Amino acid sequence: MSRIDVRKTYKLYIGGQFPRSESGRSYIVNDAKGRLMANAAQASRKDARDAVVAARAAFGGWSGKTAYNRAQVVYRIAEVMEGRREQFEAELRASEGITAAKARTYVDAAIDRLVWYAGWADKLTQVVGNANPVAGPYFNLSTPEPSGVVAVVAPRGALLGLVSVVAPLIVTGNTVVVIASEQNPLTAITLGEVMATSDLPGGVVNVLTGSQAEIAPWLASHMDVNGIDLTGVEDEALATELEVAAADNLKRVRRPEPDTDWLAEPGLDRMTRFQETKTVWHPIGV
Amino acid sequence: MSTHIFEYAPAPESRAVVDIKPSYGLFINGEFVDGHGTSFKTVNPATEEVLAEVAEATDADVDEAVKAARRAYTRVWSRMSGAERAKYLYRIARIIQERGRELAVLESIDNGKPIKESRDVDIPVVAAHFFYYAGWADKLEYSGYGSTPLGVAGQVIPWNFPLLMLAWKIAPALACGNTVVLKPAETTPLTALLFAEICQQADLPPGVVNIVTGAGDTGRAIVAHPDVDKVAFTGSTEVGKAIARAVAGTDKKVTLELGGKAANIVFDDAPIDQAVEGIVNGIFFNQGHVCCAGSRLLVQESVADEVMARLKRRMSTLRVGDPLDKNTDVGAINSAEQLAKIRELSEIGEAEGAERWSAPCDLPANGYWFAPTVFTGVSQAHRIAREEIFGPVLSVLTFRTPSEAVEKANNTPFGLSAGVWTDKGSRILSMANKLRAGVVWANTFNKFDPTSPFGGYKESGYGREGGRHGLEAYLKGADA
Repeated sequence: MSRIDVRKTYKLYIGGQFPRSESGRSYIVNDAKGRLMANAAQASRKDARDAVVAARAAFGGWSGKTAYNRAQVVYRIAEVMEGRREQFEAELRASEGITAAKARTYVDAAIDRLVWYAGWADKLTQVVGNANPVAGPYFNLSTPEPSGVVAVVAPRGALLGLVSVVAPLIVTGNTVVVIASEQNPLTAITLGEVMATSDLPGGVVNVLTGSQAEIAPWLASHMDVNGIDLTGVEDEALATELEVAAADNLKRVRRPEPDTDWLAEPGLDRMTRFQETKTVWHPIGV
Repeated sequence: MSTHIFEYAPAPESRAVVDIKPSYGLFINGEFVDGHGTSFKTVNPATEEVLAEVAEATDADVDEAVKAARRAYTRVWSRMSGAERAKYLYRIARIIQERGRELAVLESIDNGKPIKESRDVDIPVVAAHFFYYAGWADKLEYSGYGSTPLGVAGQVIPWNFPLLMLAWKIAPALACGNTVVLKPAETTPLTALLFAEICQQADLPPGVVNIVTGAGDTGRAIVAHPDVDKVAFTGSTEVGKAIARAVAGTDKKVTLELGGKAANIVFDDAPIDQAVEGIVNGIFFNQGHVCCAGSRLLVQESVADEVMARLKRRMSTLRVGDPLDKNTDVGAINSAEQLAKIRELSEIGEAEGAERWSAPCDLPANGYWFAPTVFTGVSQAHRIAREEIFGPVLSVLTFRTPSEAVEKANNTPFGLSAGVWTDKGSRILSMANKLRAGVVWANTFNKFDPTSPFGGYKESGYGREGGRHGLEAYLKGADA
């Protein structure tokens, strides 16, 4: 008799823990052929709020680490992913119905993207910061700093899309609440498991699975969220509604970009969009 | 305590250098035109004298201005080489210097600010902004933001630094190859209209700069115009939020420079006399009509009494009165409406239990005046500690440890600026790291320079003005 396989329960990733939705709800995730793959947790408003609390609590420690240290942690995520690449490839093939070669391409790109961003952690300040030659005896420096807690609606492209929107935010010191692709949420939770074992402090990245249209408005109107990245919002009316809600506390907004080619090398924009520039003045004297 | 050791004789600047017309039109496509709307009056806040009638631009006028800006953008300005654009900006900078005295006097008459500030701060910095951005026009490819302009910029500016805010908006926009439609504030339109004449003197191509006067409706028409590619606003957080909502779902790029409630933090090892000068400069400069004003003084408990005693003594020597008098430190409140707001919030401060003290001074019988005022015994819950008052009103809180100072300083939805006063270099750097504010002044306050980016965190808005960073708002971006 053949062995009965042990199936995985996919849960949320909040504050370094893997809770079920407090609502007790789940939804069915099918594979590309329409067969049941798993029940995924269907996050609620309360889960979103818990995730923001976790992200806020993690912000001081994470943004206060040295850039070198953040680079090490992000590189560590790539290392752990590399060791579990077969699992990611299998999940991608099953959930998205793509070929083995294509799955390999996406996993390669996701790992390489993390390595690329890891290298930016201690260079971005040098590239976008400035020493300002003001007309007077002052020492005057401008440096980038993270905005704080950023909510992200991840695009389709269950793994590469998710890594491409989250990595630039955390490498620059923000903490993140991300709503995974509604159609393909399972690799997002597996990525959460990788993060949980990669020296990434709990709460730096929080992954919610469920309905974008249901959860995103709570994050857009949340007064303790500093920015919202709408990259994965495909419904224009919803995107406008979220941008309007984001104005309540003047969140930094990144507008939807559903057609992004995730395999292309990204520029700096995903990092700098959620950075502030701080300028410090001090007199020069004796 | 003696308040006056001796009196100065009045030293009024002459008004004769300025020619104020009885009425002004809109500046569209290089010409002054009547417009389709009604007009409103602008008054001298120090005397309540009506200075001029100014046109109120309607939606149709805004549409004409945007069309003129689009034409100038497509046919002339975006096609011109950066080096040629630069020469126009250099010309403008030079004319501002040549007519500096005229501009300073007009600014003080229309705004109420002391002549020594308009003459020594505003106008020189205005000229410096045009010089600085003129030099970028042919060097944009080195900026890191590409060199592709956005198109037509709609710009709405406030009344506290009328010409300086105009320079902050127009100089980088033009250097990057954009054309502009700018609306000055309804209480301070006159220097913007004089700037329009300067554009004519400089032979700036028609339509590159358009100036439409009016109030909130005119501003809304600019923001909502479908052919405006970029919106730049400086003003209240409330209006900033309305603008953010208005542009949602569009392709318009936006920068917002909004309110603040800056903490000015004085440690026990600070050079106290210098700190007191910094406190005074932080809150009483420009009558406290400064978004980055140091309106919350956080003073370490062990030196609080000494700092307060010296601060009150210093405040007693501030000379409040005629903005055109060269001895004046604190001028007139910009409008009756603003004066009412300052009075209301100050009364709430007293009602909530804070202790009010105003510098003894005789205020003129006419005009809008408010004596420099300080509140002690303020708690973080008090409205005067939370809301922007935008007037010469200081709230004082105390702290014991650096971490308590950071906690209190950051305990606000705003994040525009902060001040730190201490002799200890490592403490300055540590505080500068922890304060969530776009500008941190250490052992100084309210310093501005065209090379230096300015702008806020959190609800103080987004984007930076000034410096290399200021170009980003007006270019498509190397990554976009």
